[in-house]
Amino acid sequence: MFAAGETVRVKDAWPEAAGPVHIRTPHYVRGVTGEVVRRLGAFANPEDLAFGRPAERIALYHVRFQKGAIWPEAKPDDELLIEIFEHWLERP
Amino acid sequence: MNVTEADALRLLAAVRRLLDEKGIVSSAEVEARMAATDAASPGQGATMVARAWVDPDYRALMLEDGTKAAEEMGIMMRGMPPLGVLENTADVHHLVVCTLCSCYPRAVLGYPPFWYKSAAFRARAVRDPRALLAAEWRTVIADTVKVRVVDSTADYRWMVLPMRPAGTEGWDEVRLAAIVREGDMIGVTVPAV
Amino acid sequence: MDKEVLRAHHDLGGVSKFMCEKVDIEPHGLTAFDREVDALRQMLAAKKLMSVDELRRGIEAIPEEAYLRLGYYQRWIRSITDHLLRSGVISEAELRAVLEAA
Repeated sequence: MFAAGETVRVKDAWPEAAGPVHIRTPHYVRGVTGEVVRRLGAFANPEDLAFGRPAERIALYHVRFQKGAIWPEAKPDDELLIEIFEHWLERP
Repeated sequence: MNVTEADALRLLAAVRRLLDEKGIVSSAEVEARMAATDAASPGQGATMVARAWVDPDYRALMLEDGTKAAEEMGIMMRGMPPLGVLENTADVHHLVVCTLCSCYPRAVLGYPPFWYKSAAFRARAVRDPRALLAAEWRTVIADTVKVRVVDSTADYRWMVLPMRPAGTEGWDEVRLAAIVREGDMIGVTVPAV
Repeated sequence: MDKEVLRAHHDLGGVSKFMCEKVDIEPHGLTAFDREVDALRQMLAAKKLMSVDELRRGIEAIPEEAYLRLGYYQRWIRSITDHLLRSGVISEAELRAVLEAA
């Protein structure tokens, strides 16, 4: 459970390496630290739905990242806002 | 040869025929769905934007609950993904993309444009939005304005509520809606008179 | 560890080899094929025969070369067909038979 304004880090995990998966956490944000903007609700885990498996409802957050934390080239203060499921987030 | 590598047109015809013969999905159902989907268009989203420009309570609703705001304009949202609305201000310009596939607010904007689904847009929008907008759409975002790129990765679908342009004082909703384009509600362009 | 190397090939955000690629902003209306595939997918979802997640997974499973070469709805019909075969809604034998007869 994360609160609005809380600092979170996206797990630096790569399940793609272990076999066929369906992941909705973009590669470019893994291992990057950002800030929770708000909780968007709870939704069935697409990682399981994609394989027809029973899917648990997981909290979904809107998380904001500084562009500079991902691509330090132009405009580091610009932002990215990404929907990320709770199980992909940790406290840094 | 893997059967799914057959020519796409032939594959579609074969699959449709089998599903129809088996009584699983009829031809009539596909035709009806096509007609219903064709009816959705960016004009729907434009009516929401125009109303938000003239009605502060509706604007607040749109930002709080996009789905409910769409329904208030007569847009069918039952069974559709939740709609989120991103407000452009003097300080922030939003750009919507789906880097993983092509998630798009279809219920309020209709089919996604060809370019939205392209590898080039999906790759460039998150990493170099200003250069992308300037080069392809001649949209220049001032240095004083932050660009916030929204990557649609999960259950929500996102549309942009653009800023009302100058020179539209006293316009009614119909006239306002007519200047709101598809690109304005994705963030590649801004409305202009 | 280079994220671009570790990523799945559909995971395109910021990928370097596309950063200089021009975006074709021409309108490109949908063909009848496009609209039929789109409608078919919606019907399969409405009848709980295929979820959008299953559609995406099937698209992502298309090998990279084909994924980048195929048109958008061509990827869809491949994924839809693959899913219908896997879930036993249609069999490979009957699909081949219809393809050959056409």
